[in-house]
This record gives sequence, C-alpha cells and structure tokens, in this order.
Amino acid sequence: MEPSAPLAIRVPAPRDVGATSTIIEIEDFNFSYGAKQALFDVNLKLDARRVTAFIGPSGCGKTTLLRCLNRMNDLIDGTVINGGRIRIHGVDINGPEVDAIELRKRVGMVFQKSNPFPKSIYENVIYGLRIQGVGSKSRLDEIVEKSLRGAALWDEVKDRLHESGVGLSGGQQQRLCIARAIAVQPEVILMDEPCSALDPIATAKVEELIHDLKKDYTIIIVTHSMQQAARVSDKTAFFYLGRLVEYDDTQTIFMNPANPQTEAYVSGRFG
Amino acid sequence: MPAPVPNHPFVTRSSRGRLIEGAVFWLMRLATYFVLVCGLCVLGDIFLKGGRTVFQAEFPYVNVPFLTQAPETLYVFEHEGQKMQLGDRDFRAFREAATAKAKAAGQPAPQFRTESYVYSAGGIWPCIVGTVLLVVGSMSIALILGVASAIYLNEYAKDTPGVRAIRLAILNLAGVPSIVFGLFGFGLFVIFLDWNVSLLAGWFTLAFMVLPVVITASEEALKAVPKGFREGSLALGATKWQTIRKNVLPYALPGILTSSILGIARVAGETAPIMFTAAYVVRDKLPWEVEKVSDFFFQGVMALPYHIYVVSSKIPQNEYTARVQYGTAFVFLFIVAVIALSSILLRNHLRRRYQW
Repeated sequence: MEPSAPLAIRVPAPRDVGATSTIIEIEDFNFSYGAKQALFDVNLKLDARRVTAFIGPSGCGKTTLLRCLNRMNDLIDGTVINGGRIRIHGVDINGPEVDAIELRKRVGMVFQKSNPFPKSIYENVIYGLRIQGVGSKSRLDEIVEKSLRGAALWDEVKDRLHESGVGLSGGQQQRLCIARAIAVQPEVILMDEPCSALDPIATAKVEELIHDLKKDYTIIIVTHSMQQAARVSDKTAFFYLGRLVEYDDTQTIFMNPANPQTEAYVSGRFG
Repeated sequence: MPAPVPNHPFVTRSSRGRLIEGAVFWLMRLATYFVLVCGLCVLGDIFLKGGRTVFQAEFPYVNVPFLTQAPETLYVFEHEGQKMQLGDRDFRAFREAATAKAKAAGQPAPQFRTESYVYSAGGIWPCIVGTVLLVVGSMSIALILGVASAIYLNEYAKDTPGVRAIRLAILNLAGVPSIVFGLFGFGLFVIFLDWNVSLLAGWFTLAFMVLPVVITASEEALKAVPKGFREGSLALGATKWQTIRKNVLPYALPGILTSSILGIARVAGETAPIMFTAAYVVRDKLPWEVEKVSDFFFQGVMALPYHIYVVSSKIPQNEYTARVQYGTAFVFLFIVAVIALSSILLRNHLRRRYQW
C-alpha cells in the first residue's frame, strides 16, 4: 500500500547539510528564581541553522534556559544569573551594553500557548514591524505575504487577512505566531513546546514548517515529546534537575546515549 | 382513598433539611423583592412628580423654560381679581406695563400685594451645565491620573512592601466619607492654592474622591489582559511602553470604562465635596460667559445635587418648591443615565472590537 501523502509521518530531516558553525555559546551558566536555583553550570554550544531540541522532565530547567536566550526572564521579579554567560556571535547578551530590546529583535520566540493578538491576521504579522516604525504599505504587504508563506499559512488565510487572528484554529494560530516571529527577520527562533496544545495533524504541519525554517533560521525547541525531538531536531540536549545531562546528535541521544539517565528517559522509563 | 405511595429508591421524601432549604430560598426571594419594591418606590415617586414638572400636555410636550432658564423668584399676587404666578422678570415687565397703562388712563399706579418664593420659578439650566462640566472635567482628571497609576502599579512596580502599602492606602481612600474630601479640597485647593470656589477646585476634589475606584478597577482590567499578549509583544522587540500602549491598554479599556461608569454616577451625585469647593447657590452668568479664557476655570458653578439640597432644605418650604425639587431630581437622574448609557455603549463597542 502506498503511504497516503498528507498524514504520513515525515522521515527525519537530513542531518548533515553543509558545515556547522556555532552561534550560541552557553558557558557555566547558573540561574535562580529568588532563592531557588533553576540551572546549574550549563555548558552548551548551539549550531547556526540547525534545530536543537531541549528535552527533559517537567521542572528540569529547559524552558528557563530557553527564556534566558532572549532575556525574557528579565521580566520576572527576583531572577538572578549567578555565574556564567551566554554569548551569541561571541557577545555576552547579559553584558551592560546589550539592549534586551535589540536582542529580542534578533532572537524571536514562539510560546507554548499560542498567543495571537486580538487584531487582524495582517496586523498580527506586522506587529513587530509597526513597533520598529515600518510604515510603507507596499513593504508591509510584501512582508505579510512572505512571512505567512514562510509559516505555511498563506494559502489558508490569504482571503481573510483582515479578520481577527483569534478566529483561527489552534494550529493556524500557532503558525500565525511563527509568521509573526519571522516577520521581524530574526536569526534565532526559540520555540517553547509549540505543539503541546495542538492535535497530531496541526503538529505535523508545524514540524514540517520547522524543517523548512532551518534553512534560514537557528531553531531551538523545547519539547515534552521525545518523538517530536527525534523527528525535528539535529541535536538534542537532555536536562535533568537543572543540569545538562547529555548533549549530542539527536541520533546518538536516542539510539546510543552515553548517560544511563538519558537512556532511561528516552526509553520512557521515567519522566 | 390516598394515592398509593410509589415504592422506588428515588421517591420524594419530606425532611427537615428540605424544609429549611425551602425556607431559606423564600427568605432570599423576599429580600430581593423588598429591595426591588424600595427602588421602585423611590424612582416611581421621582418620575411621577418630576415628570409633571418636566413634561407637559401641550406641544412641545417638554417644559422648555424649566430646562433652559435660570432659577428665578416666584411672585404670587392678585391682579384685577385674578390670582397670578409670575417669575421675577415677567413680574417686573407686568408691573411696568400695568403702571404705564394706569398712567395713560390717568389712574393711580396699581399696588401689588405680592408673596415671593425664592427659586420657585424659572428653570435649572445653569445647574445642568454645571453638573455636566463637573462630571466631564473630574472624570478626565480621574481617568488620566487613575489609569497612569494603575499602569505603574500593575506593569512597572515590583511587588515590594512599599507598593503593597500604596495599594492598601488606595483601597482605604475609597472608604473616606465624601465630606472629608470636600474639606480636604477646601483646605488645599480653595484656600492654600487660592483657587477660590471654582470649577478647577471642584474637578480635583471630585477626581480625588473617585480615584481609588478608578485605580482599583483599572488594575483589575489590566490584570485581566492575558500575560501572553505582553510576552508575545516583548518577544518581538517591543519596549515595555510600546507593549502597554499597543497591546495591553486597548484591551483593558472596556474594563476601565466599566469602572468609570460607576465613577460618573458618584461624581455627578455627590454634594458634600462640591459644596465647599465648586458650587454656588445661585449664579446669573453661565460658565462660558467669561471675559478671559482662564476665568473659565476659576469660576464657581451651580450643580444639580447642590441645587436639590438648596431648594429642599435652605429655603422656606411651600406648595411651590416641590415642583422644582422633583423636577431637578428627575433631570438629574436622567442626565446620569444618559452619561452612563453612552459609556456603556462605548464599552460594548470596544469589547466587540477586541475579543480573545
């Protein structure tokens, strides 16, 4: 029997496309929420234009680390970086001369709960550009189409760009959020469990999209689904209790992990 | 023969608990009806008696002079065997005409034995104008100050003991009697800042009085905006203020307006804060009849609630004052209803625009 096209589970992404270069270096990074330390001595080098997955049981610090990469944790009271640094292109992003606003323009984020703004689809996509003061209608139109095409949403919404983004289905909303993130042309896109609220079909679409996006963007994805990590990522980092346990090629992590804890987790024995 | 008692596990059985439940339910129902009846009595009384002043049987069906003239003294007198009631200006004109007529006919000038009743003739136009001005001005001030502090407290301030103390102080301010606000405004604005009895003093006094309500409710409205909107906006490289202006405040506006509707009713209705700071018993000039623009802010005005107070307790009561009292109360309720209704419409319009 021929595998029917639209619902087939995609074969894993080809792993070795071109040479890799490191874009983000995390060195001895420690982080606390008030008195509670969430990350301990994390060391990690993330590749440009690759998909890196962070996996681990709840509360292991993977989302915390993700949110440190665009300094979203600055917004939470009482958070402290107690050691180490994160460099993007060699620049310490917590350095005194770094503007978190500029950082977030380069490092976009897609959240666990899709959060389209209660505006039209069009206005959702250009939100970041409006903030930056882009006013030219033709340029905005062009970017809207490009971003929505980039997020594989254009064909579904091109006739109702001026309807509310909240009226879309869950999967469409999440892709709208991805379109919104890529409209500002970031280098890195952080995804915090982007598919946790989506059904399998919507998930498959988003995963396919992630696969396409890595041509142009560095993607870091936090996920609870090990199958998803295995399907979309080139490299996988396993976290446990705030520490990085193992970081390697996804294939190695799932087929031949070095650490017994990793092995126990990916084989579903705990977590 | 009694109906046979059905024998199954779900049969209704009377019990003490069931009886108490029924009694409590009826008690609550009666309490609700009692409140309803009280409300209807008050409103019905005002609408019936006030309606007689404001509406009339002939065209144009509305008592236009009552709505468009200033209060006048009512003169009641007998002339050529007829009992007449005339307002101040009409009476003077009538007396002059009668005197001139008598003079032309070579008769002695007629003597008028009049009884005068203060404020019982004319209308309440200056009071309407004054109340609208007071409401618009004080709500503008209260909304600007209140929303600004709510944004600061909810979006910028960290949750420190100091901020918690400020919040508590604001909540407590809501319980301060309005007469205290009146005295505060009198002390600060009228005397210390030397604004005299003026619109400006009244605006700030009333604004301070409703500020706690506006701040508390605005904070609630801001809290109701999902955190995801803020994070989504910030993650796109927006600054905090851009986020608040474009992606938080517009969605909180319906809630803020809801609170300000309550504020409007309170601002329009309070007598105590304005009696020392803004209200005149009577003023001939309308607020816009000023020489300099700056004088506009430093003039006292007449106001509906204060007028009701004056005509019902400051002047001798008689058969002619009830007309003004009820008419003023009716117009007052009507104006508050109109202002509140327009805010509700605006709120519903905004709500439809932003749904999530």
